[in-house]
Amino acid sequence: MSFNEWFNKRFPADKMMREHLTEYFAPKNFNFWYFFGSLALMVLVLQIVTGVLLAMNYKPDAELAFASVEYIMRDVWGGWFVRYMHSTGASFFFIVIYLHMFRGLLYGSYKNPRELVWIFGMVIYIAMMATAFFGYLLPWGQMSYWGAQVIVNLFETLPIIGGALSEWIRGDYVISDITLNRFYAFHYLIPFILVALVVLHIIALHETGSNNPDGVEIKKGPKGNRWSKDAPADGIPFHPYYTVKDLLGVVVFLVFFFAVVFFFPEMGGYFIEAPNFEPANPLKTPEHIAPVWYFTPYYAILRAVPSFAGTQVWGVLAMGAAIVLFFFLPWLDRSPVKSVRYKGPSTKVFLAIFVVTFLVLGWLGTEAPSVELTAMAQFLTVVYFLFFLLMPCYSGTGDNLGFSGFLLFVIGLLMSLGLFYLLWGETPDLSTAMKWFYTLVTIAILFFLGVKPGWIRADAIKPVPERVTG
Amino acid sequence: MTDEPVDHKRRRLLTIATSGVGAVGAAALVVPFAGSMVPSEKAKAAGAPVKVDISNLESGQQLTVEWRGKPVWIIRRSKEVLDFLPSMDGQLVDPGSEMAQQPDYARNELRSIREEVVVLVGICTHLGCSPKYRPEFAATAEAAFLCACHGSRFDLAGRVYKNVPAPKNLEVPPHVYTSDTEILIGSDSEAA
Amino acid sequence: MKTYAMRTLAILSLLALAPVSVHAAGGHGLDLEPMEVRLQDTRSLQNGAKIFVNYCLSCHSAKYQRYNRMAEDLQIPADLVEQEMLVGDAKIGDPMTTTMPKDKAAEWFGVAPPDLTLVARLRGADWLYNYFKGFYVDETTVSGWNNTVFPNVAMPHVLAEWQGRQRAVFGQDDHGNPVFERFEQETEGAMDAHEFDHAMQDLTNYLVYMGEPARLKRVRYGMWVMLFLFAFGALAYLLKKEYWRDVDVSH
Repeated sequence: MSFNEWFNKRFPADKMMREHLTEYFAPKNFNFWYFFGSLALMVLVLQIVTGVLLAMNYKPDAELAFASVEYIMRDVWGGWFVRYMHSTGASFFFIVIYLHMFRGLLYGSYKNPRELVWIFGMVIYIAMMATAFFGYLLPWGQMSYWGAQVIVNLFETLPIIGGALSEWIRGDYVISDITLNRFYAFHYLIPFILVALVVLHIIALHETGSNNPDGVEIKKGPKGNRWSKDAPADGIPFHPYYTVKDLLGVVVFLVFFFAVVFFFPEMGGYFIEAPNFEPANPLKTPEHIAPVWYFTPYYAILRAVPSFAGTQVWGVLAMGAAIVLFFFLPWLDRSPVKSVRYKGPSTKVFLAIFVVTFLVLGWLGTEAPSVELTAMAQFLTVVYFLFFLLMPCYSGTGDNLGFSGFLLFVIGLLMSLGLFYLLWGETPDLSTAMKWFYTLVTIAILFFLGVKPGWIRADAIKPVPERVTG
Repeated sequence: MTDEPVDHKRRRLLTIATSGVGAVGAAALVVPFAGSMVPSEKAKAAGAPVKVDISNLESGQQLTVEWRGKPVWIIRRSKEVLDFLPSMDGQLVDPGSEMAQQPDYARNELRSIREEVVVLVGICTHLGCSPKYRPEFAATAEAAFLCACHGSRFDLAGRVYKNVPAPKNLEVPPHVYTSDTEILIGSDSEAA
Repeated sequence: MKTYAMRTLAILSLLALAPVSVHAAGGHGLDLEPMEVRLQDTRSLQNGAKIFVNYCLSCHSAKYQRYNRMAEDLQIPADLVEQEMLVGDAKIGDPMTTTMPKDKAAEWFGVAPPDLTLVARLRGADWLYNYFKGFYVDETTVSGWNNTVFPNVAMPHVLAEWQGRQRAVFGQDDHGNPVFERFEQETEGAMDAHEFDHAMQDLTNYLVYMGEPARLKRVRYGMWVMLFLFAFGALAYLLKKEYWRDVDVSH
């Protein structure tokens, strides 16, 4: 008996290899957008490896943390490289994940039967945000400190429990040494939970099989290909075909990644912010603070919502809702087809608007607020929510809106009315032209993407082919 | 489905070439990763050569200084000890200092630059305990150094006895006399 | 469909770049005279190090920078550093700390002089260069000096001996707020304007180096990594093409 046999009788190594690589049949028509899953996995591994190496030299102590980062940058051999890989990796992780999520939106990868793949993915996204947030405090620079201060204070706005909750998170009345110590523990812990979540994400994916740019279920199509007579005709073994293809993707990714690591590690202040080169000072806030770019869309939404009835909890709730809504995509999307290729014009238009909205909100979150920018953020916040709230209308066939879809439309309408009230009633310094512009665009969205496909005429979908196309 | 025959030779060649180049890249990535674990500049600065003034060191007295976190002993040996040491040769593992446990300039009978002053790293060559100096046994076969951990014994030239766990003589660190009364420990030349 | 993906990508990347350019355009209140950082210019760095150690290090520390790292990176002989540059009883492997006690310094100057190791990464080269040149006589302040870039700075003009004394002429903007217009030289210093500019460029250069000593190396390594990745990418491309001959993508 060979060692291989001996081993496989006790552990299904070969079987797993077959199920997930050599005999996992993925659709043959994956395009550019399908690189980001494997890239995300690679970045996760790189983050863990570089993170563990940094942990060997980092000191989670308010007196020592800042100096220990400079120690890594100067005195540790190759330390600057490891640190820049980690700081750049954090930003690239989010770039890759945002593109991966956008792929899901484009081709309806969240739709039945892949709802759990999507939900596990969203949990991964939230775990990533938590990891990034905890990690950002660790260099103990001014931006680290005040960023954490602001975010933890978000919890303080929650009614009744808020004060106790934020103190419980900090372990102190302000962000302090105690907070730093526990954030470090969480920052080290969550990545391993992330690994477990990635395993769940992939198991769920391989159970249903991958979606593809046509949104055609290859398992329901004809059977038999040159590798197996039982496999879907339009499937190809993940290994070697997608491993060699993803390898090419990895190399291209690394060109961008290492270009930043070696040539622009601060990325113009977006990846490493200048105020973070000054040690944390609890007595002095930097002139302008902004979270790192990957949080800024939500930060812009947070700032856009004004306080009301004596509390600023509404902004916090809006920010939370902006993230939570993604979880419900599988049920908000009522389209009979998956891929954007065959969806109607309303969906295409609104998806494009949503992408622009998300990017512009991200930019607004990095800017200091002003009358014009706040009004823009308020307008875009409403557009952001309408994308989700009107989805049963514009993605549906006109007869599957249901009570839930109607209710969401009403919520969207109320949000729009709130925007009009803010624009016309509370923003005297904004030019009338901008007020009209925001108002009319919002009304146009409500009518053309809400009422029209929801009640007047269904969005015109195109026929989906039987088999995947090239 | 294309049915043209597969060029296995080309495929194998490309696989090998890509794997090879990829392995080189991965190895290059491991260099800074593993390299970040070598002693840092801080460790090196803390382990920099140490200057020791021996003008007040009396005969039989031991002076302990820290160099790279390890105890280094400087002991002034009496005439009596110097006369006694050669008589021990038969009971020692390496009386001629054949093993590389000292710089070349200390590879002599008394394992020192100057006869009367011996410089030793005070770490037992067995498992790293620090042996105890017993001046009362300096010129006897009882051994001047006894390691309390596992009973290894050494004479006043740091030479190990036979039939003890330690395999080698105590290490003589690199050192140099910068003046009549000053030793620089951790460097072979004055310029460091 | 490929073109569709590419077009989407192009639009997205353009959109992604838009905020960067807007960000770059938005400046500070004062227009800074730009300075070219030249980290390959070892002589400039050496001169900057000399100025830094002689004039800055007596009050400010650079506690993350070690003397021997500076000596090695800037090709200054170690014994020269040991004889001329060490502050107090520092050894060459030590970081550049100052002998001035922090609380005393705060008492003397009103604020404790900040550590300068990372000042170039915090402020940027242009800011530093303009700051060094921006001291002017102002009888209303405690030190008798003020600065166009850093109004009401606590530090006096340490290099007045070199630059001489200058006064600032202010105009008014539309709202009647003072706006800096130009300097007027009051007394001549040991250097002419050109020499002083050069000295301050050297000092700024040195501070940029000190903010990130690895910068000297990283760009060089980066070139090799890019070369490697292009070669590896070519092989990976050929390998992918070879395997994908099996797959009929056109259907």
